[in-house]
Amino acid sequence: MARGRMNWLKLFSTAVFVFLYLPLLIVVVYSFNDSKLNAEWVGFTLKWYGVLFDDTEMLTAARNSLLIATFSAAVAALLGTLAGMAMSRLRLRLLPALVLAPVAMPDILLGVSLLILFIMLNISLGLVSVILAHITFCIGYVALSVQARMGSMDDSLIEAARDLGASPWQAFSRITLPLLAPGIIAGALMAFTLSIDDFVVTFFTAGVGSSTLPLQIYSMVKIAVTPEVNAISTLLMVVTLLLVTLASRFNKHALRGTI
Amino acid sequence: MLEIRGISKKFGDFEALKGVDLHIGAGEFFTLLGPSGCGKTTLLRMIAGFEAPDSGEILLEGKDMVGTPPEQRPVHTVFQNYALFPHMTVAQNIAFPLQMARVQADEIDARVQQALDNVHLPDKAGAYPAALSGGQRQRIAIARALVKRPRLLLLDEPLSALDAKMREQMQIELINLQKEVGITFIYVTHDQGEALALSHRIAVMNQGKIAQLDQPAQLYNHPNSRFVADFIGQCNLLEATVTDSDRHHADLELHHIGPVRVSLAPAVTVTKGQRCLLTLRPEKIRIARNLHALVDETHFCGKIHDTLYLGDVTVYKVELAQGILLEALLANSGNHASERFAVGDSVEVAWNSSAGHLIAEP
Ligand SMILES: Nc1ncnc2c1ncn2[C@@H]1O[C@H](COP(=O)(O)OP(=O)(O)O)[C@@H](O)[C@H]1O
Ligand SMILES: [Mg+2]
Repeated sequence: MARGRMNWLKLFSTAVFVFLYLPLLIVVVYSFNDSKLNAEWVGFTLKWYGVLFDDTEMLTAARNSLLIATFSAAVAALLGTLAGMAMSRLRLRLLPALVLAPVAMPDILLGVSLLILFIMLNISLGLVSVILAHITFCIGYVALSVQARMGSMDDSLIEAARDLGASPWQAFSRITLPLLAPGIIAGALMAFTLSIDDFVVTFFTAGVGSSTLPLQIYSMVKIAVTPEVNAISTLLMVVTLLLVTLASRFNKHALRGTI
Repeated sequence: MLEIRGISKKFGDFEALKGVDLHIGAGEFFTLLGPSGCGKTTLLRMIAGFEAPDSGEILLEGKDMVGTPPEQRPVHTVFQNYALFPHMTVAQNIAFPLQMARVQADEIDARVQQALDNVHLPDKAGAYPAALSGGQRQRIAIARALVKRPRLLLLDEPLSALDAKMREQMQIELINLQKEVGITFIYVTHDQGEALALSHRIAVMNQGKIAQLDQPAQLYNHPNSRFVADFIGQCNLLEATVTDSDRHHADLELHHIGPVRVSLAPAVTVTKGQRCLLTLRPEKIRIARNLHALVDETHFCGKIHDTLYLGDVTVYKVELAQGILLEALLANSGNHASERFAVGDSVEVAWNSSAGHLIAEP
């Protein structure tokens, strides 16, 4: 009885994983295919990756993506940490909703409203506008991660630090910050990943010369799904997986209190 | 060294402390004892500086502490859950207060080692708190709180998370440690046994007020109220009316039981006709099938209502009159079969006139 149920569970979860990862697998496989068409397997090659590194537009897009992700993640880490601490300390009803709304809101809404805002404020569309836009939806992830960490932190630790002679600032820098660090890092990694992968919000807020990798891929796909697209998609996938794994490791350690 | 004058504190509408006065001497092991919720932690947090009183003064060696932040008070706390910093090693935890005080690095090392030796954990310097047992964490928390030599050490139910064996051992260590370092301890507990074992003086608290402040033996033998008598140890409380009294003795009529004579503690005065409570500790009552009443003893007859075998002693509840039970203890020291009674047996109980203590109830 229980065994039978276990087998069904295995079967279902395998099916789900196949459904989730088969399309990605196909992209990866064809990125190594020695043919211009995504039709049949001809032979193994790395030449599409070579093409990628000769494509100046692609390289510019990659540089933009990294720049945007780094800046957005860094600023979101700072603001998100403050928001997360405020959310767990002040217990204001509205604050979590305000911080998390951009996370839950449809990207297209966020994109359109930011576009309108930038136009109203006369902010020219470019790297800066994209970074500002990405920060808005990244803050929530850092805030959530930091809030969870705050929740598992014992308030008496701060009191103990004060009791033993630490000023409020010393208690923050010596106790609170190190204990929150895994949460902040995990949140920042998540933010970096989301920024690198974002298409919709970037689409609305980017201008000439601030194209990112997802935008670049989209513009290429409009013509044809070339093996070069497969190659850059594979690279993007690897980076994303790496960062997500790293983030979850930080969170796990954070929860066990071993960092 | 510490003087607390008229401290009151409200949380919303709830009065947590209602005018507390205390005077604690240098080098004293002082305990705040009371049931959960009576305001012990609130008072301790005020001394530490985490809570401000609504009114009243806290004078430490003559200086008013109210308004001084915790880090500037020469007072350290051992928290109930230890509050060791999880991301620091034991040595780093103990070094923390010294670093905050900008002590030289090489002096810090020496003092940390000394502190570890004092709590008998010399080789745990590199361990993280997560790798320590409850008793070890307790010792490290105490070492950390003592390393800077505070004028006053506050301990909030520090042993409550330990098992019974460990607790007893830690009690002995605490007594010895306090003697060694000579620092004033203010100890909070709801465990009356712990308070009696550790303290020089105890303040029994009830609902935000101090019910009685005395030395342990005084508190145990001469409780001043029904609450204190009940809270500290097992106690028989018999209602009575005074029929006659002089400076040293009172003759009472125990309601439904009969007349009895008690000697009066110096602080107690009663007048004829006054209603009062006679407190009698179970271990001070003699119980046998046939008692030969001694001089100065009163004896009554009763029936065994319940027996409770506790290993070292057996508790007998003796019904003296309809619905009036008296608890008596008998040590199970020998194999005297004649000393064992069964439910329903007729027995006699007796106590010395100085065994009981009188509480004048208004
Ligand atoms: N910050 C606070 N806000 C509201 N009520 C509190 C607060 N701190 C303590 N109390 C209340 O004050 C009373 C006394 O608390 P406490 O001093 O912790 O008691 P004890 O340590 O004797 O168990 C309790 O009823 C508690 O609920
Ligand atoms: Mg308490």
